[in-house]
Amino acid sequence: MSGKTTLKKGTFIERVIASTPGGERLVHCIQCGTCGGSCPSGADMDHTPRAIINMIRAGEREQVLSSNMLWACVSCYFCTSRCPQEIPITDIIYTCKRFSIAEKAYKETDAVALAQTFTGYVDKYGRSFEFGLATGYHLLNRPLKMMAMGPMGMAMFSRGRMALTPSKIKNIGQLQAIIKKARQIGAQQHAGR
Amino acid sequence: MKYSYYPGCSLECNAAAYDVSVKAVADLLGIKLVELEDWNCCGATEYFSQDELTACSVIARNLALVEPELNQLVAPCAACYLNLKKVDHLMGKFPQLGSQVNEALAAGGLSYRPGRVTVRHMLDVIVDDLGETAVRDKVSRPLAGLRFAPYYGCQVVRPLDNGDSPEYPTKMDRLLSWLGAEVVDYPVKAHCCGGHMTQISEPQAFELIRRLLQSAAEYEADMIVCMCPMCQLNLDGYQARVNKHFNTNFRLPIMYFTQILGLAFGIEPKKLGFGKELVAAMPVVKAKLNGAMASSG
Repeated sequence: MSGKTTLKKGTFIERVIASTPGGERLVHCIQCGTCGGSCPSGADMDHTPRAIINMIRAGEREQVLSSNMLWACVSCYFCTSRCPQEIPITDIIYTCKRFSIAEKAYKETDAVALAQTFTGYVDKYGRSFEFGLATGYHLLNRPLKMMAMGPMGMAMFSRGRMALTPSKIKNIGQLQAIIKKARQIGAQQHAGR
Repeated sequence: MKYSYYPGCSLECNAAAYDVSVKAVADLLGIKLVELEDWNCCGATEYFSQDELTACSVIARNLALVEPELNQLVAPCAACYLNLKKVDHLMGKFPQLGSQVNEALAAGGLSYRPGRVTVRHMLDVIVDDLGETAVRDKVSRPLAGLRFAPYYGCQVVRPLDNGDSPEYPTKMDRLLSWLGAEVVDYPVKAHCCGGHMTQISEPQAFELIRRLLQSAAEYEADMIVCMCPMCQLNLDGYQARVNKHFNTNFRLPIMYFTQILGLAFGIEPKKLGFGKELVAAMPVVKAKLNGAMASSG
């Protein structure tokens, strides 16, 4: 392989690569399909990981960022682990998820609301909060599903497996200062691109 | 042997059985676990889906808090384990990201030098650092007669190396065999439990759970032994709903490997969190171990 591939700044593929540690491997995809064949969620995806990689190369930004494939990924890392070209596929999918959220390109998925509810608890308490997730998130997104969850919720609760209040770390101020700074750096970097 | 211990949010409540059994087993084996002071949530997969730098910084706070005299951090949860290990790895391999994370940490008066802390999973500590003889020496209640399906899930064996195969791991197989148990060699032991998908798309999640239960049942396992609270929750907590969804009749207890280890070490099942699982394990344990369980709960 001869040196570095130069990609035009600001193109979709260049943005994906620049936002993914090790993402430059993406250009070496040989479309073998090992990723798609390894994916446990392949049947639920409109495009397989292999197709998504090629669509990124083709600059099909909107199709990639609106694909349900991003949200069907379960982060099992089989594709990443098996890729003969050592492309960090799972991490590339994470990058596309971030772009999809930033551009509000996602369609009909509760994954974004779940992610936001989850990290909302982390930002506020420093810990996740399963009961809050199970109630707040479901009340907003799936009230009917919450009814179906009833018996399971009761079974968990009766075995002491569900806390009704979140726990909170002591130095939440420190964590929040770190989060604030990280977001600032991220915003500056984004503005500079 | 002294390690910093990162329990993670699940072990506080939903997976309390994992926490108590990790501690009970560690105590018996002479592994000293010092809980990381004021640890915070690793963000699971949810932070990485939104903001990479913040995800890394939130995780790195934990690495930065590890006491200077300790250099190993033990996490029993697969998601916590991977997140902590991944951030250490990324900060070392991508210095620009590393310095940005440190810039964020500095806002909280902290810093972290990649490589200072080695992140370990509890299974690796027991199998690699202690090994066969140390484990066999403590077995007072051999588990002969019980058939276990060891279940590894994803994020401990992939994508970062933990000294086992990412395709066909065997560490837990070996550990369970040291306890005198029969170990089921089934093909999906490192396949996915669905992770957070139970919260997003039940049909997709239920199919992944069904594949695991079905394979373990076909190989006539008495129970599935796992090493991650998410796997346990999906396979145990959702088992009744999966049965309803597919009109199946699986009844497989899903237990943490530390609970099984403790059982073989003669610890009282209640002290290992037995009974917190939705699909009860004690009936099959009692039926298979006969006299060995006569004296305990």
